[in-house]
Amino acid sequence: MTPTELRVTPTLITDARLIDPEADTIREGAVLIERGAIAEVFDTPEPDIPTDRVPSEARRDARGRFLAPGIVDIGVKVCEPGERHKESYKTAGDAAAAGGVTTIVTRPDTDPAIDTPETLEFIRRRAREVARVHVLPMAALTKGREGREMTEIGFLMDAGAVAFTDCDRVVTDTKVLSRAMTYAAGLGALIVSHPQEPGLSRGAAATSGKFASLRGLPTVSPMAERMGLDRDIALVEMTGARLHADQITAARALPSLQRAKRNGFDVTAGTSMHHLTLNELDVADYRTFFKVKPPLRSEDDRQAIIDAVKTGLIDTVSSMHTPQDEESKRLPFEEAASGAVGLETMLPVLLRLYHSEELPLPALFRALSLNPARRLGLDTGRLAAGAPADLVLFDADKPFILDRFKLRSKSKNTPFDGARLQGKVLATYVAGSPVFEAD
Amino acid sequence: MRFDHRHLLGIEALRPDEIATLLDLADRYVTLGRQQEKHASLLAGRTQINMFFEASTRTQASFELAGKRMGADVMSMPMQASSIKKGETLIDTALTLNAMHPDLLVVRHPHSGAVALLSQKVNCAVINAGDGRHEHPTQALLDALTIRRRKGRLHRLTVAICGDIAHSRVARSNILLLHKMENRVRLVGPPTLMPAGIEDFGVEVTHDMARGLEGADVVMMLRLQRERMDGGFIPSEREYYHRYGLDAEKLAAAKEDAIVMHPGPMNRGVEIDGTLADDINRSVIQEQVEMGVAVRMAAMDVLARNLRARPSEVMA
Repeated sequence: MTPTELRVTPTLITDARLIDPEADTIREGAVLIERGAIAEVFDTPEPDIPTDRVPSEARRDARGRFLAPGIVDIGVKVCEPGERHKESYKTAGDAAAAGGVTTIVTRPDTDPAIDTPETLEFIRRRAREVARVHVLPMAALTKGREGREMTEIGFLMDAGAVAFTDCDRVVTDTKVLSRAMTYAAGLGALIVSHPQEPGLSRGAAATSGKFASLRGLPTVSPMAERMGLDRDIALVEMTGARLHADQITAARALPSLQRAKRNGFDVTAGTSMHHLTLNELDVADYRTFFKVKPPLRSEDDRQAIIDAVKTGLIDTVSSMHTPQDEESKRLPFEEAASGAVGLETMLPVLLRLYHSEELPLPALFRALSLNPARRLGLDTGRLAAGAPADLVLFDADKPFILDRFKLRSKSKNTPFDGARLQGKVLATYVAGSPVFEAD
Repeated sequence: MRFDHRHLLGIEALRPDEIATLLDLADRYVTLGRQQEKHASLLAGRTQINMFFEASTRTQASFELAGKRMGADVMSMPMQASSIKKGETLIDTALTLNAMHPDLLVVRHPHSGAVALLSQKVNCAVINAGDGRHEHPTQALLDALTIRRRKGRLHRLTVAICGDIAHSRVARSNILLLHKMENRVRLVGPPTLMPAGIEDFGVEVTHDMARGLEGADVVMMLRLQRERMDGGFIPSEREYYHRYGLDAEKLAAAKEDAIVMHPGPMNRGVEIDGTLADDINRSVIQEQVEMGVAVRMAAMDVLARNLRARPSEVMA
């Protein structure tokens, strides 16, 4: 899984503020990188290391900026194969590197879907050739994501699939899903579900409530999310499968999640950067860049989801990076495609929650780096000796105005165009090698 | 007179004084329409294009007639039949028509927000003739004009809007307008036909017809839009008529001089009793049609005053 050759020369990053999500601390210190891994973490900003061990040109003064484990982003859509004009492994990798994302976990909802070992091998090869960051693919749970027959879960795991999901296409036939989950459980495969009651959410473009009613948009109750989650949890209880709910976005779904965890089921959940930072009112006059799936929720929901990330009830936060070209967004709201790009913008956008004192940085990186890595059984996501040197160095305060045309993604569909943000990635390291350096 | 809008996309953006201005102007066009010589010349030499992406006979005819009476060259494009079927996007269609230098586009579209989207891409004035479930501003204005002329005022009235609120752009525009003009609005209908969050609109909601009509000055019936139904909103037409269909008996709960309105086309025997609809003492349904032409002329009037001079005029 190493995209770049291991760097033999060591690197020493001094005078950094180390965000350690495992210890839940921020402390001043330094990090020594050797052979692609973190060799040592020092509790002093300027450790006394002789220059014959680390030459002065291999030292980097972080000047008190934050150093954190690189982000592991579960649920990234790279549009290969099928729609390479929207995003390729090259551009997605560049965007990830610039955003401090060191591992992208890709979705199989491409055209065709990633549902055979052969297609999986194709994208792994593409990723190895051109992506600067680690790429771990997820595979479809059912053939063609059609919800009828399970894929070759065993072969796909052998070929490197880290999880199985039909993405936003819910498997409506519960019998099919229960068999796929039973089979997956036998192999210890992780299932990523999209909790949603598909009948109730059919045709919806917004969350039901005053705003959507005023705008005359077809809506779905947030209760549909809880119903979907409840069904999936019941199936976990029945089959013993490992489940990760891709996005929990509604307050109403949280008690179900809490109960499942308390009962000891192997269930985790994520949420998206958009649901943590935007609400339904941001759609305003039918701005289609704000159309995501599930639709943006109420402010009460947003607050509850932030709180759930803070307490750890929601385990992971991801960008749900979904590139869409201009054509698929320049349509009436109901017809427009869903999704937003987020690889490059996720960290500065989520730093809003740090600046507003709603989410401390160790909790943020627990959800961005540590927990997703753990859930996938990866050694990364930690700031500790022995862990892979997948790191992000960033200035949490630097203000800027986002210009969507400067994004590295091929698609520019971000809802944060023109937004005033604070926080800039200064450097990203993957396996000890710098894959991004700010100008 | 102030009317600082390039387009008429909805009631939401209008101020009460702008609504009053439009209605005052419409009153004059009512008078004009009743004369033998019905022409005004404000839009002489201007081009109006009607684009109806959704079937309509009445509204399209009303806009066509209004445009002609204002002196414009009016063209109606049968949008359902043509380019959309060939896969052209809404914006491309708009750009194509824009290149023909129209001065006014009248647009109806099945999707909420589509008319606003189109208006961002053209140089001319745009009138929303109904977008999805969002707004139908000229309908609300013609209803307001009818009420004002019949009741002598457009404030402190109790207006009951009955029927399929959830799928109705007419209801949304009327709620917004009546609210802005400080009336009491009651919504009556089965819970399955009420939009979510409706309680927050500053309206009273009831599922009981008798309670909803009690003391009402105006009873506004909505068409039960069967073509919009995914199926299963109401058990049957006959149960709906029994509970929510307006007849003389149910109307007795309203004020003695309450007027009955309907945006048309009516489903006689589904939402309204045929005899009542024809009762000239109570029903103002035909008057609404007349007011429709006048209000649309008024809307064209205010927008025409804000039309930019065309390039040739600038050069001269």
